Amino acid sequence: MKPVIDVAISGWGSYIPMYRITVEEIARVWGKSPRHFREEMLIDEKAVAGIDEDVATISVEASKNALGRAGLSPKELGAVFVGSESKPYAVKPTGTIVAEAIGATPRVLSADMEFACKAGTECLQCCIGLVGSGMINYGLAIGADTAQGAPADPLEYSAGCGGTALIVGRRDKEKEPVALLEGSVSYVTDTPDFWRRQKCNYPSHAEAFTGEPAYFTHIISATKLLLEELSLKPTDFKHAVFHQPNGKFPLRAAKILGFKKEQIEHGLLVPYIGNLYAGSSVTGFSAILDMAEPGDRVLLASFGSGAGSDAFSFVVQDGVRTKRDMAPKVMDYIKRKQNIDYAIYSKFRGKIVL
Amino acid sequence: MMRRVAILSYGLTKVDKHWRKSLREMFGDAAKEALKDTKIPGLEALIVGNMCASDLSDQNNIGALLADYLGIIPSTAYRVEAACGSGGAAVLAAYASVASGMYDFVMTGGVEKLTDGVGRETTFSLGKAADAEYELFFGSSFVSLNALLMNHYMHVYHTPREAFADLAVLMHKNGARNPYAQLPFEITRETVLNSEKIADPITLYDCAPIGDGAAAVIMCPLEEAPKYSDTFVEISGIAGATDTINVSSRSDLLSLNSTVVAANKAYKMAKVTPADIDVAEIHDTFTITGALSIEDLGFSEKGKFNKLLSDGAFEPGGVVAINPSGGLKSRGHPVGATGAYQVAEITMQLMDRGGRMQVPNAEVGLTQNIGGSGSSTYVSILRRAR
Amino acid sequence: MSVPRYWREIPERSRLEGSKCTKCGYVIYPQRARCAKCGSDSIEPYQLPEKGKLLTFTIVRNPPRGFEKMAPFVLGIIELVDGTRLTTQITDVLPGEVSIGMSVEAVFRKISEDGDSGIIQYAIKFRPTF
Repeated sequence: MKPVIDVAISGWGSYIPMYRITVEEIARVWGKSPRHFREEMLIDEKAVAGIDEDVATISVEASKNALGRAGLSPKELGAVFVGSESKPYAVKPTGTIVAEAIGATPRVLSADMEFACKAGTECLQCCIGLVGSGMINYGLAIGADTAQGAPADPLEYSAGCGGTALIVGRRDKEKEPVALLEGSVSYVTDTPDFWRRQKCNYPSHAEAFTGEPAYFTHIISATKLLLEELSLKPTDFKHAVFHQPNGKFPLRAAKILGFKKEQIEHGLLVPYIGNLYAGSSVTGFSAILDMAEPGDRVLLASFGSGAGSDAFSFVVQDGVRTKRDMAPKVMDYIKRKQNIDYAIYSKFRGKIVL
Repeated sequence: MMRRVAILSYGLTKVDKHWRKSLREMFGDAAKEALKDTKIPGLEALIVGNMCASDLSDQNNIGALLADYLGIIPSTAYRVEAACGSGGAAVLAAYASVASGMYDFVMTGGVEKLTDGVGRETTFSLGKAADAEYELFFGSSFVSLNALLMNHYMHVYHTPREAFADLAVLMHKNGARNPYAQLPFEITRETVLNSEKIADPITLYDCAPIGDGAAAVIMCPLEEAPKYSDTFVEISGIAGATDTINVSSRSDLLSLNSTVVAANKAYKMAKVTPADIDVAEIHDTFTITGALSIEDLGFSEKGKFNKLLSDGAFEPGGVVAINPSGGLKSRGHPVGATGAYQVAEITMQLMDRGGRMQVPNAEVGLTQNIGGSGSSTYVSILRRAR
Repeated sequence: MSVPRYWREIPERSRLEGSKCTKCGYVIYPQRARCAKCGSDSIEPYQLPEKGKLLTFTIVRNPPRGFEKMAPFVLGIIELVDGTRLTTQITDVLPGEVSIGMSVEAVFRKISEDGDSGIIQYAIKFRPTF
């Protein structure tokens, strides 16, 4: 899929909270061995939102970083979309909280999107459509989450917090494009691998079913269809970012598709921060933009339970060099850390009932 | 042309957690005490201070409530509110109403029932003295705003933490002699330093306690006073002043400018200087507030209160006796009534009725009552009448 | 806090939109009807800077109603790079690591929640410069 007007990334920015909890610390509380998580799932620790952080606050900082790099006034944004499965209100858009806080209101389209971990890339697809149709000049797409891992559940070890904002602009109006969109494919089916019912605090999942029928089928199908449409091969790409629920899945997807480990390593952040859910693949993409060179082709393939995958091919442009130092990089946020214990983690994540 | 004004009499209750007394009953007790020995024909107005009744007792319209309760309707009555300066502000309003010639016999005072609220309700209500949108919104409270001032003061002047504890110790030493005090017992430096931290560096024993109380005084024109009482005292200077409500907007965080301005106006009116003051009841909600008040009233140079304190300058018999009642720290702080307590206490001193609290040869006394974290101050200077 | 009261002050508290006296140049924050310095009522909008230093602080251990879950938290007065001062919380820092004079920057954070069913209140806090 490609819009009639060519689009580019004008700016990008991320935010990751500073707190971390190790898999050892979680395992200690539940009498488990951390070995499986560290060595097989390739997760060392995850990022934890502070008591005063949520998807709105994460999105605002990521957006301000993106605006700084794009060199735009917030009033130039025509759309602000927030993709998340842990939005602060069940009914009341996070998008308007973000749009107001960054100064983009009132002439802006705003909404929240939900499609589990691919909500961020959906926001990206929508912005591509709006910009690519000429309806707006710039669209802000955010994927951010502070997803809850149920205590003692395997997902508790990986459910992390953070997010990324991407600003899409028109190629013909963007003086310093960061990356040009070559095309995208979205692939969805009704596959209930992971879900959360209305009144439940924590999600449920179908365990092993989340593998082949869900993650792998969708991410591999979307990517294969994209490569076919654009007549590209894995070797044409310098970098590839896959959704990262753990370290094992994206490595295996890469292998199945024919990508090498070196191609995915710069975007593989899950060992340090966990799975950022709707923020996962887009934050991996942000980390790539932090270090990629003009001419690099980058694959971005998300996966959202329920289920679906959005796959994009971008070619990095010169703008990346001038813009990358204008905001903190993903690695800067990863290095800014303070480890906490399970008690403080429980307090921060609201698991202690007052 | 303003008339000179006298205080004929006073009445006050012990400051305490008065579970069995309601707001109206407590003021009634203080008022009856004040009315007891005077021979005035009647009260023309009642001007009373209160801060928290609306929140904690669901009661507004305090003026009418108390006029009714005291049996003085249809006289004029209204409440004055200036946070914890309500009492001082009420006294100022009453003074003006007599000095102007509008009324001859006015009762003023204050009443507060902080224990009608429970724990957080009371502190939340007290917090409303601050800027609701720009201070309370961020989770500040009366204690934490004063802690900001204390931390800054200590950082600039390198005043040791112990100096503040020593001020609380003096307050309790004085309060132990006051039959009206809420906490009439001595404490040590360690009591203060080891007590629970509320908002660093303020600990529990840096803070005035929560309590109830009422105080009332009766005013009349000075030249009429001998007709109605054998003893009376003159209000020779009185003033009020304001500063920003928001602590961060103050031009100088090391000074309570509302105290400086109000004191200067009052000194000028009374034709005295700080050196002429024999006894003062000042506003020590927290030890830092007491320290700043001492300095801003001119009893000490800025940053040096602790030197004079350790020299004994503020003890009864020292350069100026500070808070012989025990101050807010030991006598207590029934918020809207405190300013009236101070006036009643200085009146007591100048009438030689201080008992064990009596400061010998007290001729000129001063009261200083603060509203909020320094956003307003009411100062009065009383002189023994001869 | 009522919805209208929260909503009205969003530009000031969430975007640091202040005002400036055109006569004497004094920055007015929070807003006032007339200049706090010279009394003029000729006032124009002014965007406060987002960086400053910590002028004074306290560690709140007995929080007021609505802030119970947040204790202990750091409350402070920030002096922005243009000299304007404001009161807010300092976040992303251990209470023991806060010091007067530390360099800080603005961040958009959650201030409180009106119980489980009321609205969420956001505003600008400051964190040690990153």
